[in-house]
Amino acid sequence: MNIRKKHRIVQWPYFLMLAPGLVYLIINNYIPMFGVIIAFKDIDFSKGILKSDWVGFRNFKFLFKTSDAFIITRNTLLYNVTFIILGTIVGVTIAILLNELLSTRMRKTYQTVLLLPQLISMVIVAYIVYAFLNTESGFINNTLLNAAGKEPVYWYSEKKYWPFILTFVNLWKGMGYSCIVYLASIMGIDQSMYESAKIDGAGRMRQIWSITLPLLKPTIITMILMSVGRIFYSDFGLFYQVTMNSGALYEYTSTIDTYVYRALLQMNDLSMSSAAALYQSAVGFVLIVAVNAIVRKVDSENALF
Amino acid sequence: MGITSKREKIAQAVFHLVFIGICLTVIIPFLLVFMSSITEENELIRNGYRFWPGKFSFAAYEYIFRSSTALVRAYGISLLITVVGTILGLSIVTLYAYPLSRPEFKGKNLFTFIAFFTMLFNGGLVSSYLTWTRLLNVKNSIAALIFPFLLMNAFNVILMKNYFKANIPSELIEAARIDGAGEFGIFFRIVLPLSTPILATVGLFVAISYWNDWMNGLYFITKRTDLFSLQNYLNRMLTDIQFLNSSANKVSSYTQGVKMPATSIKMALAVVGVVPIMVLYPFFQRYFVKGITIGAVKG
Repeated sequence: MNIRKKHRIVQWPYFLMLAPGLVYLIINNYIPMFGVIIAFKDIDFSKGILKSDWVGFRNFKFLFKTSDAFIITRNTLLYNVTFIILGTIVGVTIAILLNELLSTRMRKTYQTVLLLPQLISMVIVAYIVYAFLNTESGFINNTLLNAAGKEPVYWYSEKKYWPFILTFVNLWKGMGYSCIVYLASIMGIDQSMYESAKIDGAGRMRQIWSITLPLLKPTIITMILMSVGRIFYSDFGLFYQVTMNSGALYEYTSTIDTYVYRALLQMNDLSMSSAAALYQSAVGFVLIVAVNAIVRKVDSENALF
Repeated sequence: MGITSKREKIAQAVFHLVFIGICLTVIIPFLLVFMSSITEENELIRNGYRFWPGKFSFAAYEYIFRSSTALVRAYGISLLITVVGTILGLSIVTLYAYPLSRPEFKGKNLFTFIAFFTMLFNGGLVSSYLTWTRLLNVKNSIAALIFPFLLMNAFNVILMKNYFKANIPSELIEAARIDGAGEFGIFFRIVLPLSTPILATVGLFVAISYWNDWMNGLYFITKRTDLFSLQNYLNRMLTDIQFLNSSANKVSSYTQGVKMPATSIKMALAVVGVVPIMVLYPFFQRYFVKGITIGAVKG
């Protein structure tokens, strides 16, 4: 048939459109994926990466013999668990409160302000934290502790405070984002349910408890699971910039990401850094696949794959 | 809705109070930085950073802009990588996402998977670093600020693919084919004009990630400090304020005889760093909120 033939869909333009992105993915993502073999090698750049000697799991043995391996794993996991729990509670609470506001204009205004920290880089956040904490001129030492008659604290060398500081900064920066996600989900709830609940005499708390929260549950679970899937990754900027990379704090502030960075670029230790990097990628991969399997069971619509 | 009862009015007042409190925790830190930046240096040395200056002074800003050209250059670099990165990145992502949205494209499952798999597994910093430095030799070049990591991510591809799927009617494309339009013509003349909301949203996300990026500079710009983006420049200054007058920066004669107000300069730098975002924020916040909403739940 003439017409059919004339309008047969050619495939090559599609391949041409894909090509630049494909090239980029190969360079930026796929070559590094195969590059993880360096973790099993003793890299000697004079021989080249491919011709360097294989050493099996030696790099991993060295890594896990150090106390660092335990510390960075512990810190990464504990910080993430704290961030997930508190972040969810704060995000859901703020979203519910925003939804209770009658004035749409004020709701938008608050939302705009809450999102502000999300927009700025961790470098700027580091400056802000520095304005409060630095020893010589920080607000807390000079004004608050001074007024209370207390001795100044050397914040950047006293590690015990940092779990709290970093958790606060993380919440401060992230609450706008998570409350918007939850608010969007709450706004999608059928309003007639609230109307009939009101007719039945249900108060505000009752409505939140019996309608909003149960209907928000799938979103909450999905968001938590997504974060759990990334529990082996940390926000490099938070732990590197905000702490000003202060060595005295490492025991409580180094995570897998900061460890890999320091081992690679500050200590030039390819064997340790590549082993730690693959440790992160491999466990991260298992976690995300496992988590997705769970999401698919709980709420198949939101499963990644 | 009817008349708001007295009880409801009290409840609303309480909610507003809570939100004013939360918003203050967001704003107060910015205020401390700004106020300290316009406080006289000696007062800062005596009393530390404070919310209300006893004596106002703009010496820090004057010093930054008159002592060296490095900050202006860093601004320029940030602007350049943001513009180039966003145009290039948005083009690559859009061109990759569109075929994936077409049911008649035979490779759509394979290429969707190729993009998607990068969200599940990645080679990690070490092998990425070696790829970019050993294989492509981007170290200490402007390319290092544009190409590694930021140009394209699978998340944006999938966001865009879903948008095309939901919003571009197949009948429209078939009709254009019958009229003799080629696939590229269809893409540029029909699909793109119908996709401005998603282009704006994804473009905004890409632009923000370039403007705020300091990691590429940290990894790859080790010698050529003249290629520092604004974020790298600020990053360096936080720990090493003398960098402002280092030999890498063209220092003007202004620095001679003027004592550097180091304490207030730090805060002034932070202000200079956030001003562009703050000024533009009201204009793009609508797209930003929309992007978060469509991205987070329906990934």
